[in-house]
Amino acid sequence: MTTPLIEFKDVTKCFGDKCILKKANLQIYPQEVTTLIGKSGVGKSVTLKLIIGLLEPDDGRILYQGRSMQSLSRKERKEIRKQVNFMFQNNALFDSLQVFDNIALPLKEKTSMKPDEIKSRVEEKMDALDLHDVESKYPAQLSGGMQKRVALARALITDPKVVLFDEPTTGLDPVRKNSVLSMITHNQKNFGFTAVLVSHDVPDVFYISNRIAVLEEAQIVFEGTPLELEQSDLQVVYEYINSVQSLENEIIELKSRLDLETAYKQISTQNNTLTAFVFTIENLERVRGRIGELMAHKVVRTVAGLVSSAMEGKSAVCGRYTQDTILCLVPGDYTAEAEKVIRKIQEPLGQTKFFHPTFLGSRCTPFGVLAGWTRCAPGMMLHEVVEQAENVKKGLARLVCGQNSGEKEEV
Amino acid sequence: MDKATINPFGFLPALGRTIIHIIHELGAGFVFLLSGLRHIFTWPLEIRKTIQQVYFIGVKSIFVILLVGLFTGMVLGLQLYYTLVKFGSEGVLGAAVALSIIRELGPVLTAIMIIGRAGSAMAAEIGIMRITEQIDALFTMDINPIRYLVSPRILASLICFPLLTALFDVIGIIGGYLTGVVLLGINSGIFFSRMDSLVIMGDVSGGFIKALVFGVIVVTICCYQGFFVHQRTEGHGAKGVSLATTSAVVLSSVAVLIFDYVLTSFLL
Repeated sequence: MTTPLIEFKDVTKCFGDKCILKKANLQIYPQEVTTLIGKSGVGKSVTLKLIIGLLEPDDGRILYQGRSMQSLSRKERKEIRKQVNFMFQNNALFDSLQVFDNIALPLKEKTSMKPDEIKSRVEEKMDALDLHDVESKYPAQLSGGMQKRVALARALITDPKVVLFDEPTTGLDPVRKNSVLSMITHNQKNFGFTAVLVSHDVPDVFYISNRIAVLEEAQIVFEGTPLELEQSDLQVVYEYINSVQSLENEIIELKSRLDLETAYKQISTQNNTLTAFVFTIENLERVRGRIGELMAHKVVRTVAGLVSSAMEGKSAVCGRYTQDTILCLVPGDYTAEAEKVIRKIQEPLGQTKFFHPTFLGSRCTPFGVLAGWTRCAPGMMLHEVVEQAENVKKGLARLVCGQNSGEKEEV
Repeated sequence: MDKATINPFGFLPALGRTIIHIIHELGAGFVFLLSGLRHIFTWPLEIRKTIQQVYFIGVKSIFVILLVGLFTGMVLGLQLYYTLVKFGSEGVLGAAVALSIIRELGPVLTAIMIIGRAGSAMAAEIGIMRITEQIDALFTMDINPIRYLVSPRILASLICFPLLTALFDVIGIIGGYLTGVVLLGINSGIFFSRMDSLVIMGDVSGGFIKALVFGVIVVTICCYQGFFVHQRTEGHGAKGVSLATTSAVVLSSVAVLIFDYVLTSFLL
């Protein structure tokens, strides 16, 4: 494998009593986009500031092309710093300078280029970033997206080897956010720099990143490709990837799959018997695609609500096993009562508006709710329990569209 | 009541911390000044930025200096006339006005006026640059923020303070002339001849030395307050900048008066 361009080796950085990084290790490879994700305040920006030298580590080493920064002379460190540039979260444009002067500043101050040369170079970058007719404007006169592009132009004007982006999409609307991310990826490909990105835009950043690093509790808890990240079973990774579903689950008071796995282990060690109820919403994906995200959410919420009421008083742990499956784990053997529990859900569910044939008219999308249950045998894995319960599932309610028109459509 | 509350020396740790803090600040301020002075002479010279600062500190302060200088001279002429007349010495009014202004009031009031007009603006501007990460941005571009922001201001103050002091002196003497000669009827020949005989070159150069020292002190304190606004513990962000601006004005005014005393005692 290639030698990392930048490497953190057991880096520790504390502010007073609070340690932002504790023996953290990180590798950044040349000409790749590495994205650092993590919750707010975990120290992502501090990590970037350590890379560029705005902050010094309290302990550990930061290597640049295999050489420890701390062991280099001041002149050598300065040379390295010249190859790294930084795009700040709030752009940090000089508000008293016009756009042209903002972009040209590093060239004016640090090179002996002639004014004509500087002008042509700035214009070239401005063209590449679609910045037209704004050279004599002040940053405050530009839109947020345009300010980001000016900041990027300034960061790229010296053709740095590494560009650090500190939350480049913060405060932007979804359209501008996408354009900033695509701008970063296009320019990274065009100019061939190494990009290190701090972002919360999961999963969007996965499409533009070669590598992802997850910062959690002062440690880099994951490093790898976005694909590897998706396969990871870290709680924080799960929360990030499923952040939209996590919010939905929190609203409808359902546990996550990881929570279900933990609960299953706990209940099965504490109790000899355990009953699992599985509720599957058939065709939910089609409902989401054809009618919308909100309708799919309402269906899940309704089913989850009825399941919760039916499970009341049984110490059940209910959660979202997959997008369209709700799983309830009940301590004890409830197989004899299972039919009764299911009926408690079936009757009110059939009466909801979702299952009325005229509901949504021409946009009617057939879907159904199925339920199954099983008693868990000792030593079974959770996925085996779910499969076993799904094998005996029966329909609770079903929406059949087009009954009146004679063009019957069902799941 | 526990032991700590009845301890008569309980104030000592706090006092010690305050003294250490003051010494630390003085040391940091001195290093900041040395760094600023050193970068004045680093090639390439920041001529363009220095000229901009000369315009901001110097040219834009001319009107206020003229106004304050004129009225200071006039009021001094008035006050001294009624004092001197009691001793029958109103003939030395010109010399008295000139000496007071050249030695003392010129450099001090000029410095105070520049603190109010330009020093506060310097602290606020640099403070805002700090909290909006513009200073960090300079660092990431390998541009030394002290060389870029502070050195041109120090050099500009070394140019502007003596010139504005000279202007204050001249206009102050004209103010004294207006009250003494035009309003109160002292002979203009006597007014100027006594001034000529009693004011020596040492008085003028002493005034200019004060102006140079005040210039360096004012700019250093004001820039320092803005530059390190993020390290203030009492307030951050906009509040931090407002506190830094207030501190810049108060500390530099006090420092001017303290150094005025010190310099006067050496120059006399």
